[in-house]
Amino acid sequence: MIRKEMIAMLLAGGQGSRLGVLTSSIAKPAVTFGGKYRIIDFPLSNCINSGVDTVGVLTQYQPLRLNTHIGIGIPWDLDRNVGGVSVLPPYEKSTNSEWYTGTANAIYQNLKYMEQFNPEYVLILGGDHIYKMDYEVMLDFHKANKADITMATIPVPMEEAHRFGIVITDDTRRIVDFEEKPKNPRSNLASMGIYIFTWKVLREALLALSDQPGCDFGKHIIPYCHKRGDRVFAYEFNGYWKDVGTLSSYWESNMELIDLIPEFNLYEEFWKVYTKADVIPPQYIAADAVVERSIIGEGAEIYGEVHNSIIGPGVVISEGAVIRDSIIMKGTEIGHDTKVNKAIIAENCVIGWECELGIGEEVPNEWKPDIYDGGLVTIGENSIIPNRVRVGKNVAISGGTTIDDYPHGLLESGQNIIKVGDGR
Amino acid sequence: MRAIGIILAGGNNLKMQELSNKRAIAAMPVAGSYRAIDFALSSMSNSHVQKVAVLTQFNSRSLNEHLSSSKWWDFGRKQGGLFVFTPTVTKDNGFWYRGTADAIAQNLTFLKNSHEPYVVIANGDCVYKLDYNKVLEQHVEKKADITVVTTVLDPEEDATRFGVVNVDSEGRITEFEEKPLVSKSNTISTGIYVIRRRLLIELIEEAEREDRYDFVKDILIRYKDNKKIYAYEMDEYWSNISTVDAYYSTNMDFLDKDIRTYFFKEYPDVYSRIDDCPPAKYNPGSCVKNSLISSGCILNGTVENSILFKKVYVGNNVTIKNSIILNDVHIGDNVVIENCVVESRDSIKPNSQYIGEPGKVKIVLEKEARYEM
Repeated sequence: MIRKEMIAMLLAGGQGSRLGVLTSSIAKPAVTFGGKYRIIDFPLSNCINSGVDTVGVLTQYQPLRLNTHIGIGIPWDLDRNVGGVSVLPPYEKSTNSEWYTGTANAIYQNLKYMEQFNPEYVLILGGDHIYKMDYEVMLDFHKANKADITMATIPVPMEEAHRFGIVITDDTRRIVDFEEKPKNPRSNLASMGIYIFTWKVLREALLALSDQPGCDFGKHIIPYCHKRGDRVFAYEFNGYWKDVGTLSSYWESNMELIDLIPEFNLYEEFWKVYTKADVIPPQYIAADAVVERSIIGEGAEIYGEVHNSIIGPGVVISEGAVIRDSIIMKGTEIGHDTKVNKAIIAENCVIGWECELGIGEEVPNEWKPDIYDGGLVTIGENSIIPNRVRVGKNVAISGGTTIDDYPHGLLESGQNIIKVGDGR
Repeated sequence: MRAIGIILAGGNNLKMQELSNKRAIAAMPVAGSYRAIDFALSSMSNSHVQKVAVLTQFNSRSLNEHLSSSKWWDFGRKQGGLFVFTPTVTKDNGFWYRGTADAIAQNLTFLKNSHEPYVVIANGDCVYKLDYNKVLEQHVEKKADITVVTTVLDPEEDATRFGVVNVDSEGRITEFEEKPLVSKSNTISTGIYVIRRRLLIELIEEAEREDRYDFVKDILIRYKDNKKIYAYEMDEYWSNISTVDAYYSTNMDFLDKDIRTYFFKEYPDVYSRIDDCPPAKYNPGSCVKNSLISSGCILNGTVENSILFKKVYVGNNVTIKNSIILNDVHIGDNVVIENCVVESRDSIKPNSQYIGEPGKVKIVLEKEARYEM
């Protein structure tokens, strides 16, 4: 008989629209991070490193990249005879077929998947944070407290607490109250969106709230369980945990990896992070190249200069090109004598020669000022930038652009060129 | 493909000096991210050979570790797959592999139980990409008994460490000398053969009856007039790594853009075991010129005209020139390394110097220091 003590359900269906054109054709968990990784590698590696070998990955938005990345789970040793990784898209039913309408609704639609493993506990994870966490320690905490639900929480600075979902606990760590983005927070313990449920409790709650439109863990399930008197506890996590939900925080957390001894260290033998490595050759640094304070992925060829940047696998930086403070993702080519300042360039782009990206004054983006900020140049995947164009700050480009898209060869700060349908 | 594969990875020789102390040549790290056997294995996989046996006996721990999972070369199959055969004591046999033919003889069951009509035999110490289907096509077309893949060495290269052949206008091999004192030609055998499975079984059984154990001497050379042995000439890059000099120069060849493009970017890919190393990290003070750097490296010093394998740590104010640093080496501060091959898992103490000469590289073995630091 099949029996797993704890299985994980990883919510990977969201678009992550605050990442702008980076997620116009891939789901947020599939966005690359730190050169060779994708965001979903962190929770998946945490699972296998914590001894959780059964993971359901719930997909919905643009799942192709995610599906090919996960495959049968080989990179994470999640190719198992019993359990392993399963990708769970929404599916048609004989009655009410529907998309996943909320986090808990997505889990509810996969009750049968969970039932077949006879779990005692179910771990609910998101696919949009960078962290290393031992879920088994959290499970021990859950058991020790005879909890029905344990929420992972992290202390945040009091002055930032108003941006988070905050929990208020008693001195036994039992949660007495919740506040969503409170104006005057009563605690600085923020919910990380990671939950351990005792299976029976989760099943009952999901069935009880099955008619709730857009059923969500934070908004519906947990308040419901709390109200009926379930034991809900807060587990305090004190490691590195970074939300990469906005372009600025995404850029920052990538840059933090470059520090001499980064707070989030990928170089430790302990708690490795695994990923699908489809590029394996070494990288080549040419005789005239300059590389400093950077991280460079496999198979990259550097002929120009790279300063303070993250370069993905298979990237080509041509002669005379100068890259500063930028993230260049897998397979992108930068033409000769092109200058790139503070840019995020997604996978498989072709940037022409003698271009200048990230020049001039900062002007708020005229289309989505709250997304394209921080002075960043953001270029979506498979984009083409013609030769000899100049591009300002706080801009977004997506698709195969030609010289006609740049009046006088210039895209001014705060403007956009979006040439693919999904970008809008 | 209508063939099974045999990779002869048993060899060990003294020309690799200390580098073969701890591993078979087929397990030698090559080109930053690979092992020598990856090239033959990837060619097998890319030629759609479904079933491959690796025959090994000397120092096979490192090779076995590399081959512990066959999934990286796509050999994790129900039908066929990858088999590693070391000598075993049986009712009829208590010997090690006494030669290449004997190695096959001791695994004749593998040949007999297969149904594919042909066998591709390759060795594990050469760097190349080859579609064995093309060799088989020519083999069938010429109605050959055995096809030997040959290559033409540059005039300045030493042919005497190889099997030297002469070929007539039809492509038939008329002369075959193994490691001659003086080579009469610069066409050599690459150690890759295609032969009909039933004929191979026949020839091996015959050799075994006569107590002959070497595939080249006792089969190819002995039968050269009696059987139709044809050459298939390979024009692409091919290099054998089994001397220290050849090992060094083969690795350094990868600093050439065309060779890199041929192996790393053009179809088909070369596969290897995945190590899950993070990307290489360049700290302030690092200065890298004309070098190959593998994943997991952390650099704080100067590296020129060199190849760093995986997980090499280069300390502050270090200078590395014209050298090969194998996997997982820790190099302390203020070290100078020139014209050296540094063995894997070495720890180089701060302030030390290792200087080899151009054309006469030094092999560095520093095993003890790791536990002092």
